[in-house]
Amino acid sequence: METVKLIGYFAIKIVVITHILLGAVAYTVWLERKLIGRMQNRWGPTRVGPFGLLQPIADGLKFILKEDMLPPSVNKPLYVLAPMLAVALALTSLAVIPFGESIFLFGRHIPLQITGVNSGNGGIFDLNVGLLVILGVTSIGVYGIALAGWSSNSKYSLLGSLRASAQMISYELSLGLSLIGVIMIAGSLSLRQIVDAQAGGFLHWNFFGGLQFVAFFIYLTSAFAETNRIPFDLPEAETELVAGYHTEYSAMKFAMFFMAEYANMFTAASVATLLFLGGWHAPFQFLEGNPNTFIGSLLPIVWFVLKIGAFIFLYIWIRGTLPRFRYDQLMAFGWKFLLPLAIANIVVTSLWMALRLRP
Amino acid sequence: MVHHILFLVFAAICVGGALNLLLQKHPIHSALSLIVVMGSLALLYLLLGAEFVAAIQVIVYAGAIMVLFVFVIMLLNAGEEEQTDGSKLAMVLGAPIVAALIGMVLFTLLRRNVNAGIELGKFFGTTSGVAKLLFRDFLLPFEVTSVLVLIAIMGAVVLARREH
Repeated sequence: METVKLIGYFAIKIVVITHILLGAVAYTVWLERKLIGRMQNRWGPTRVGPFGLLQPIADGLKFILKEDMLPPSVNKPLYVLAPMLAVALALTSLAVIPFGESIFLFGRHIPLQITGVNSGNGGIFDLNVGLLVILGVTSIGVYGIALAGWSSNSKYSLLGSLRASAQMISYELSLGLSLIGVIMIAGSLSLRQIVDAQAGGFLHWNFFGGLQFVAFFIYLTSAFAETNRIPFDLPEAETELVAGYHTEYSAMKFAMFFMAEYANMFTAASVATLLFLGGWHAPFQFLEGNPNTFIGSLLPIVWFVLKIGAFIFLYIWIRGTLPRFRYDQLMAFGWKFLLPLAIANIVVTSLWMALRLRP
Repeated sequence: MVHHILFLVFAAICVGGALNLLLQKHPIHSALSLIVVMGSLALLYLLLGAEFVAAIQVIVYAGAIMVLFVFVIMLLNAGEEEQTDGSKLAMVLGAPIVAALIGMVLFTLLRRNVNAGIELGKFFGTTSGVAKLLFRDFLLPFEVTSVLVLIAIMGAVVLARREH
């Protein structure tokens, strides 16, 4: 009985959080079209609903109702599997991301994290290797794109997916190494403990107090490459490759790649927020809410959402500003600049910690 | 209870993936089956409580090494393999050797009292446990191994370099 209750508890959490994320993904597309429109001095979507606010729903309906084309010469099982894999893995990292302490609902504290469980003494049990799970899921995420390109049996798709795999493997290294400094400061791989180590105002955040701004820059650049966003969107460079790895996909399968890309953007933004910008903590201590009231327990979510929103805005802003890199520039930048910089950051951070710890 | 069910499920997936790896004719299908084996092995480690080993299994094997496998297969555009009869030696020696191996495993398992449980080492699969083993108890072998890997990388670069 206890087991059934526990499974039900987790199922409710998973359903609620996944739906919130997918809703956010849909409206990020709207926000992107709107903002890019304004940056290019045009309106963006305006027709469906006020300010085009119903546009994502119309798009979703269109994707579902469109004919699902299956090109004749594709490798059918892998062609169908690839978008599923992409979107499933993009949503999996959500399981370990905490977006607040806990919410006070129905007279009990519910941890704001799918894998978070209340421990007996008021604390919260968290996965000890939460950060590694996110890194692992991102590193498997390559398969969705690689298989999509290969199974499509088309030159453009294959070239796009080869580029994507090479790019994601290369930037994964500097992405992982840029996080080591933060892990050393917090002394833990648990996302909750990393955030708790940054409590107490913005001067304690790793970006400022931990002096990890170089690491933050490396992480941000690598995250753009991992999520295939401009200026690193070579896998889908439309001037050379039609649409890259998803050239042969249509209808909902295409939409699934889209969902995966935006969900990955949210994951990258969440990790940046949790590791460098103090997670759900307020920039000033007096702005932290009282965790024992419903409204007060909602306040950390507001801070978390604000920080993620800033990252999403940055993604869109950069898309509206920067041109695309050339492929050799991309590889040289990753291997010859970001990777040595990340290693130097580890050395400097560990020296700094050793000197500070000395009595 | 839940542990047992999960163990059986993932063990079955693991064995199924391994069999599929051997039976598939296309190299990319075999490579994908190997990824399934790696993934379910990681989940088995997680069930044992070795969270760090599980995460590393996914990141290193399923995420890095197998991506290179798939990458190379895609790049070479390898087609379907032809089925051969296999070597005579394998046909003759295979079955007895497999039987002997299974017999040995069963013998070892059944000899000890299974219900008594098996003692785990002090540093089992957690992040700090693995770190203590690598960077304290076995520091020298660990560093020597990394130098060895470095030499291998340099050798590969020298071999792959074009003459100017």
